[in-house]
Amino acid sequence: MKKDKCLCEADEVLIFPCSGGSNVGQIANETAKRLSSQGIGGMSCLAGIGGHISGFAEAARNVKKVVAIDGCPVHCARKTLEHAECPVTVHVVVTDLGIRKTSDFHLDDKDIDKVKNAVKEKLKK
Amino acid sequence: MKIEILGTGCPKCKITEKNVRKAVDELGIQAEIVKIEDLQEIVNRGVMMTPAVFIDGQAKIVGHVPSPNEIKKLLQKK
Repeated sequence: MKKDKCLCEADEVLIFPCSGGSNVGQIANETAKRLSSQGIGGMSCLAGIGGHISGFAEAARNVKKVVAIDGCPVHCARKTLEHAECPVTVHVVVTDLGIRKTSDFHLDDKDIDKVKNAVKEKLKK
Repeated sequence: MKIEILGTGCPKCKITEKNVRKAVDELGIQAEIVKIEDLQEIVNRGVMMTPAVFIDGQAKIVGHVPSPNEIKKLLQKK
């Protein structure tokens, strides 16, 4: 955890990757980690939203921007957030960027950069 | 009713506690007010942004200082 003393410097952007069980789900996860490390936003926990943990959902409802990164067209991250009444501001789908869904977990940095740049571009708008 | 204020003790968290106490006093209701300052306990509750206010175990405010009126509205819904 980057903030180990006080959590009151709230992130203006929360990032929810689907973190699914495929290469694209894990590319989404790795992208969120890297964006968070770079201070673009705070990576949050989609499982917390799905698990009805009120702290996660309430934070997502009150933040300026919510980013959902989905691996594939099933759109689990976006749907989970919307089901919890957390509006999604930016939605990026890894397979829409020409990355094929497989069960090979050897991730390519170029793919992660591509997704990272797509999120950054959409956040500018 | 149990109201928990989650925050590590910085000025924002102190204002939140003050506003919660003010709201409770003005409504004249009975409530147990508990301050949680332990960072590990805060994050274990799924809170990554403070201050936070839980009412009867549910997060109602996360990541901003609520006004007394905002707290009153939440308490009146209970």
